[in-house]
Amino acid sequence: MSFLKTYITEVYGAVKSLLTGMKLTGYYFTHPKEIITEEYPDNRLTLKMADRFRGEVVMKHDDNNEHACTGCSACELACPNGTIKIINKFEINAEGKKKKAIDAFVYHLELCTMCNLCIEACPTDAIKMAQTFEHSVYDRRLLTKQLNLPGSKIREGVE
Amino acid sequence: MFSIENITNSFHNWLSSVLSETLVMLVEMGLIAIAAIALFAVLGLVLVYMERKVAAVIQIRLGPNRVGPMGIFQTSADTLKLVLKEGFMPNNVDKFLYKLAPFVVMITAMLILAPIPFAKGFQIWDINIGVFYITAISSISVIGILMAGWASNNKYSLLGAMRSGAQIVSYELSAGMAVLSIIVLTGSLNLNEIIESQRNGWWIFKGHIPALIAFVIYIIAVTAETNRAPFDMAEAESELTGGFHTEYAGMRFALFFLAEYINIFIVCAIGATLFFGGWMPFHIGNWEGFNHVMDFIPSFVWFFGKTFFLIFLIMWFRWTFPRLRIDQLLNLEWKYLLPISMFNLLLMTVIAIKGWHF
Amino acid sequence: MFEEVATSKEGEQIINVGPQHPATHGVLHLIITLNGETIVNLEPNLGYIHRSIEKMCESLSYRQFIYTTSRMDYLAAHINNHACALTVEKAMQIEIPERAEVIRILVSELTRIASHELWWGAMAMDLGALSPFFYAFREREVITDIMEETCGARLTMNYMVPGGVMADIHPNFVKRVKDFIIQFKSRIDEYDQLVTGNIIFQNRMKNVGILSKEDAISYGTTGPTARGSGVSCDIRKIYPYSIYGKLQFDEVLETAGDSFARYLVRVKEMKQSISIIEQLIDNIPEGDFQAKTKAVLKLPKGEFYQRVETPRGELGVYIVSEGGTTPYRIKFRSPGFSNLSALNHMIKGHKIGDLVAVMGTLDLVIPDIDR
Repeated sequence: MSFLKTYITEVYGAVKSLLTGMKLTGYYFTHPKEIITEEYPDNRLTLKMADRFRGEVVMKHDDNNEHACTGCSACELACPNGTIKIINKFEINAEGKKKKAIDAFVYHLELCTMCNLCIEACPTDAIKMAQTFEHSVYDRRLLTKQLNLPGSKIREGVE
Repeated sequence: MFSIENITNSFHNWLSSVLSETLVMLVEMGLIAIAAIALFAVLGLVLVYMERKVAAVIQIRLGPNRVGPMGIFQTSADTLKLVLKEGFMPNNVDKFLYKLAPFVVMITAMLILAPIPFAKGFQIWDINIGVFYITAISSISVIGILMAGWASNNKYSLLGAMRSGAQIVSYELSAGMAVLSIIVLTGSLNLNEIIESQRNGWWIFKGHIPALIAFVIYIIAVTAETNRAPFDMAEAESELTGGFHTEYAGMRFALFFLAEYINIFIVCAIGATLFFGGWMPFHIGNWEGFNHVMDFIPSFVWFFGKTFFLIFLIMWFRWTFPRLRIDQLLNLEWKYLLPISMFNLLLMTVIAIKGWHF
Repeated sequence: MFEEVATSKEGEQIINVGPQHPATHGVLHLIITLNGETIVNLEPNLGYIHRSIEKMCESLSYRQFIYTTSRMDYLAAHINNHACALTVEKAMQIEIPERAEVIRILVSELTRIASHELWWGAMAMDLGALSPFFYAFREREVITDIMEETCGARLTMNYMVPGGVMADIHPNFVKRVKDFIIQFKSRIDEYDQLVTGNIIFQNRMKNVGILSKEDAISYGTTGPTARGSGVSCDIRKIYPYSIYGKLQFDEVLETAGDSFARYLVRVKEMKQSISIIEQLIDNIPEGDFQAKTKAVLKLPKGEFYQRVETPRGELGVYIVSEGGTTPYRIKFRSPGFSNLSALNHMIKGHKIGDLVAVMGTLDLVIPDIDR
């Protein structure tokens, strides 16, 4: 008879464990408020990215179209992937002296791994990470960006 | 009272008045064929949508919600996609069997539809051995699966098909035993008579605990027979990628997919007929007033309500349980379900002979 | 072409699982010799996602190479970065501030929980139960959100730098972690109800893929795989690094050595990680989050080795320096590789359905194996 007893306990335990699981899924089925889906393209307007989210490198410009980049190439050296290329030019300032200034800050978004090392390396805080993340384009060339705006100058007093 | 029986009868009388007897039969057969195919298409769409929604809510997500309101046209869009896909065929397949297999599975599912009473007096073929016919035909579908697995020239497919074969052959037994225990009570294989016998209460209530056990065994066995999780050995996508339909694409795959859902519908319809009284409204003994109120709900509503409840139950299993292993699957059948159902059948026979049921 | 590695006898067939297969979670290729449903032999074939990270590191500076290690075991990016940062700090004898240590441990343990959550869901999914995956991801999502807020990324954080961490914790960090602990504690019972206690699941896991204590040692398995066989190998306990030596937590050990034991080790480890976080979250010391280091790091000439405990086992970082700004040679001892090597031994004689159960409990991350 002990065989029959273990047999029945076994079946009872098995059925009980299965019903426990079904109770849990049944709970979720009857409680649609537990749904956690975020309907992404629909919630774009209200979507708030974390302010440290690393989306792409951008250069900060103020209202006078001035930035803080001295063209020191620290970011270029810090970058592990060769994402950043700094092209410098020499400007003649008001005192008639030649001064090194940035011509183009070329940024290859397609190579960037968002490791944040360039931002860390920048001595003048000229670049920062933007929170954008919708980067897909149909033409690969569009991913190579020039970060300094056309006609922008270095801010006075930034060395 | 609204009844489909009146509509079909008056239609039949009108046809008989204008056409000869042979023509009437031919026209009616044609109409039934169209109706059956239409029912299949609609059922496929509805069940796939239902499955996806049930799964979504259980898995705390929204499910299809883009095509149409609440995503109700999602399955139609998917079907359109599958129809438009290329009927791809791999190298070195057995072409004839490869093409035939989805149709075998599909036609088997269609054949079982014949004796099911969808509503009061609404039945394609009132056959006196209805239950026997259903159990006989339903085992044919495994041939289609074996055919697909063998013809695909793929080891995954073959493994899946072999699993399916072992599985369906085993689980037919306990499904049959569970059905038998109701036959013992009613003493008839005719589905209409089985439903009539439940006029004063459904068998699941009238048959005491043995009927309940028979029902549980029936639900487990048919879940296995229709290759549904947790018994989806034949597909087992994490082990065999897709099992017997790994190499199928486009509409041929869709037929397998559709047949799976139709099979679920059919086994649930039979379950509803045997244990929950089919189209019979919820009656309690001799409570005339209560029974009369229940009769106001149309019979097809009762039938589809019960069937969809059972379908939901099977979907609930699928989205809760992990899959069994093939040897555990056979253990469950031969060591647990079969002995229990045999003992249960014996118990049921005693109840029937002694007349202990209500 | 695979005839050299696997030959079939009469009645046996060779079946290729992967590189694209739902159960391998990545591009792992297993050449399996089957007799009916029984696995006779299993031969892993690697290299599909080899990116030569070790070679790449030789041309990167000691600040730069850390980011590549996030791409090895991507589920434990913090812990990989931690190992590299520790090696550089050990070589240069940089003292890092107390606050940075605590932050490192906090994010490492959060990573461990997130990794185990994903493993739990993926393993249940392999066994055919699809819903647990979503429940696991619900909790994991909270952790990735916390990570995003503090570290700026969800998966490849690159948060640990030689000398500390890249940025201070976000002002919301402490509150959100506390909320997470409350949420996690209420949900962990659901895991037991849904999966651990389930009879089907237990039958699938128990007495499957048994790895004895001796074999666990001789195959070089580490982490939960070895601890499921009763081998005490938690690096946090036996070679404490960072401030693990001062913390109170238990090394989870199971002795059965089967899949279920490995499963239990991981589930219990999540609870241990929670207790570590609870010890630290209220006691984050004030101070700097990063030590002052030179702009260009130069390691002294020599060989340096540091090991840490990742969710999958022991990760070792071995740096040979010639005294320059880049390493001469780097070698990562990844846990997944050794754990995978035991798979053939564990799976022989089992059914093909057991393969997913055993592989699931090994918790393989293929980029970690191939690097």
